[in-house]
Amino acid sequence: MKELKIPPIKDGTVIDHITAGNAVKVLHILGIPKSSSSIVSVAMNVRSRLGKKDIVKVENRELDPHEVNKIALIAPKATINIIRDYEVAEKHNVELPDEIVGIVRCSNPTCVSNSSEPVKSRFIVMSKDPPRIRCYFCEREPEDIAERII
Amino acid sequence: MDFKGKDIISIKDFSKKEINYILNYGKTMVPYAKGEKYTDILKGKVLSSLFFEPSTRTRLSFESAMNRLGGRIVGFADPTATSQKKGESLADTVRMADSYSDVIVVRHPHEGAARLAAEFADVPVLNAGDGAGRHPTQCLLDLFTILMEKKRIGKNKIVLLGDLKYGRTVHSLAYALSLYGTELTFVSPESLKMPKEVVQECRGFGVEPISTSNLEKAVKDADVLYVTRIQRERFPDAEEYNRVVGTYKVDVDLMKYVKKDLIVMHPLPRVTEIDPEVDKTPHALYFKQAFNGVPVRMALLSLVMGERL
Repeated sequence: MKELKIPPIKDGTVIDHITAGNAVKVLHILGIPKSSSSIVSVAMNVRSRLGKKDIVKVENRELDPHEVNKIALIAPKATINIIRDYEVAEKHNVELPDEIVGIVRCSNPTCVSNSSEPVKSRFIVMSKDPPRIRCYFCEREPEDIAERII
Repeated sequence: MDFKGKDIISIKDFSKKEINYILNYGKTMVPYAKGEKYTDILKGKVLSSLFFEPSTRTRLSFESAMNRLGGRIVGFADPTATSQKKGESLADTVRMADSYSDVIVVRHPHEGAARLAAEFADVPVLNAGDGAGRHPTQCLLDLFTILMEKKRIGKNKIVLLGDLKYGRTVHSLAYALSLYGTELTFVSPESLKMPKEVVQECRGFGVEPISTSNLEKAVKDADVLYVTRIQRERFPDAEEYNRVVGTYKVDVDLMKYVKKDLIVMHPLPRVTEIDPEVDKTPHALYFKQAFNGVPVRMALLSLVMGERL
């Protein structure tokens, strides 16, 4: 019988096909565990048909689209599985929207979006996979997006 | 082509066709900019001139442009005399200017400030320089100068010299010149090289810029030498500034190596990078270039306000 390293969950979200090594960053983006009391399981470097991947399972929490978009910034190939009563109720790929608002901080310290002006950070998505974004205000492209998540 | 109500924030917002249109319309403004002809197409219109950073040419040429078109100006050149001093945001200042005028010109030390201003204003916003970021009207007047002197922009060999890292004009200019397929050579001290993003943008248009530190060799067959100042105010520390300032000097000796019809351009102000002796040579174009700011800005004000000659 096949051994399951992480047991299935009854209700919640399974984020599969995360770029190997990025599971911790995904958790950081989602603000887990701080924002949730759910049980979270993480598997890293899991072997799959397409090479190594990470998996995150969050019990009793269904991700909303806003959170899904944030994940796409660092795990563009991830899939989101919404689990209800041990069954996959919904499954979808993450996809970056054309614009990212209020999620990433501009890497330019003198960008107006990093000042006290009443605006949210805003990025135009230049490429979805690999993710490349450009600041709407100062046009700078942050190199390490994961480090810039607000 | 309709520009009415359009903001002028970045040269990247414009296609080559639109740039050509603006430049050609700018040509018709020259006699009006010189005061040889008179127009009042912007009579009754008010321009807000919001300069949060020092400026001579940009502010004066915008104000001259508005006056030459028959409009009026309100604004400030020193933000310490405004509510900015009390901590008012740029967004609120722009909201006020929006209600007091028909067009806003803004210069600000933060990159992206003009884009932000445009978010809070209904009237058109023209970017007069945002930090080390963009300066589209300078870029347009530089293109205009090359067009007027060389009769075309493409098929020229253009050398960009000086502070290519922090200089805001050269980034936009390299992008715009690449749109026209010009041959580009970048000459700078090692620590002030053109950022790789800008080089990549040039490559995106099929232009492969040459980077070198050998000025004499670079100018030998050049059509345009575009010189920039090493800007003390953009340096994180004085030590780095002192190390590189004075690395290159454009003087009459250098002019011995160049083609007869090479033009020397500079966005000004200059400090020591161009010897005043060069001013007397037929190569010196920088003062004419500064004048060209007036017809180009007249063209832009006329177009965005939808009142044409």
